[in-house]
Amino acid sequence: MTVKYTEDHEWLLIEDKIVTVGITEYAQNALGDIVFVEVPEAGTEYDQGDDAAVVESVKAASEIYAPITGEVTEGNPALADAPALVNSSPEGDGWFFKMTIGDADELEKLMSEAEYKDFCAGLD
Amino acid sequence: MSEELKTTPLHALHMELGGKMVPFAGYDMPVQYNLGILKEHLHTRESCGLFDVSHMGQALLKGENVQDAIETLTPSDIKGLDKDGIRYSLLMNDEGGIRDDFMVTNRGDYLYIVVNAACKDADFDHIQKSLPNHSLELLQDRALLALQGPKAADVLNRFAPGIDQVIFMNLVEADIAGIPCLVSRSGYTGEDGYEISVANDQCEKLARTLLAEDEVEAIGLGARDSLRLEVGLCLYGSDIDTTTSPIEGSLNWAVGKRRRLEGGFPGHDVVIKHLEDGISRKRVGIKPLGRAPARAHTEIADQDGNIIGEITSGGFGPSYGGPVAMGYVTKEFAKVGTEINLIVRGKLVPAQIEKLPFVPQRYFKG
Repeated sequence: MTVKYTEDHEWLLIEDKIVTVGITEYAQNALGDIVFVEVPEAGTEYDQGDDAAVVESVKAASEIYAPITGEVTEGNPALADAPALVNSSPEGDGWFFKMTIGDADELEKLMSEAEYKDFCAGLD
Repeated sequence: MSEELKTTPLHALHMELGGKMVPFAGYDMPVQYNLGILKEHLHTRESCGLFDVSHMGQALLKGENVQDAIETLTPSDIKGLDKDGIRYSLLMNDEGGIRDDFMVTNRGDYLYIVVNAACKDADFDHIQKSLPNHSLELLQDRALLALQGPKAADVLNRFAPGIDQVIFMNLVEADIAGIPCLVSRSGYTGEDGYEISVANDQCEKLARTLLAEDEVEAIGLGARDSLRLEVGLCLYGSDIDTTTSPIEGSLNWAVGKRRRLEGGFPGHDVVIKHLEDGISRKRVGIKPLGRAPARAHTEIADQDGNIIGEITSGGFGPSYGGPVAMGYVTKEFAKVGTEINLIVRGKLVPAQIEKLPFVPQRYFKG
């Protein structure tokens, strides 16, 4: 079980052939109070970088990108009625969607936890 | 970049309070503090919030028959305003559009005016050029605080006994905790409250005094925006601008009855035409029927997909408990209850025309 990170502040929990995608603590803090989340439906296919989900805070709307190429297997059904889960548990119950791994090489290029920490430290 | 931004006298306090600073109208201002926009909004509706609005422009207009003079620039009835009465007014252009919205207080032999930060240089220039026989004295040495919410009167009364008896849209000169202030019973949140003009060098002391009260939290511009949107108040530059007439903007109440008959303000012909012949579009409240907020510039379509207007302000209403918006639609769709669609990220989202305000305004009227 490995966790990887993108420069768009998404995390990917890699378990066998499926990754779970969400946004990081850093991202939820920057977005502020989240009032609406739209997650993709199972079966949707994405290339890396495609718009995959939408998160709306009180402040603004933000796109969540597909961190890798693959097919969505499940969107988090809890977020429709409880979008604030993303604030309270961004790296747990507030996950966005699960997807298949279309291209394992793309995972290799993502950041490790230590690299992501350094990346965030460089932003402040 | 941030070096070029102007600051208010409370800048250091904003930083100390954990304000998330953003550029707004040329100023480095707090969009929120540690509570966050949602809680700051709800706190203001339930208790009391303190806002720094020192970026707004304050000035005194002086000279002979100054009430007549300002009426040549605005459709408001200023001559009919009692001494120390305040009126929401519009600076008009010749085409019947709105240059800015502003507040006018009749101080008897002069006027106290407050204009929007983004427009203040242009407004002051316009007023000075239009009224060459009057003098406009900019109050650059004064800051402006807004204390808003149902507990505002209780709080302020502790430092200025009797100030809870001032009626909505009236001004008094008062000492607050010994600090001389110009206190208006007004604001832009829909709640009871005050706007307090205070010397720059006393502003932080006053702010700290008020913030030390249990009920009072510092509130940023983010909640200021959601608070005014829920109660249907216009944001200049978004909901009204130089291309919207007061009638299209549903601000008929800001055009005085006497002024409609007498005229004598820029764009009177357009205003009368819009009143008598009707308008092609109108500012309305819009309620998205799902949970997704629809932001400014979202297109509005009818049931057949024809574009019938655009959202000018939109977001989540924390007290309303759902998305709220306002915008312009063609007149035939302006009736409350009319079903419309919003085009959000390429998809049609059902919505309906809703009565404004979304949340009732609660002012102290005696």
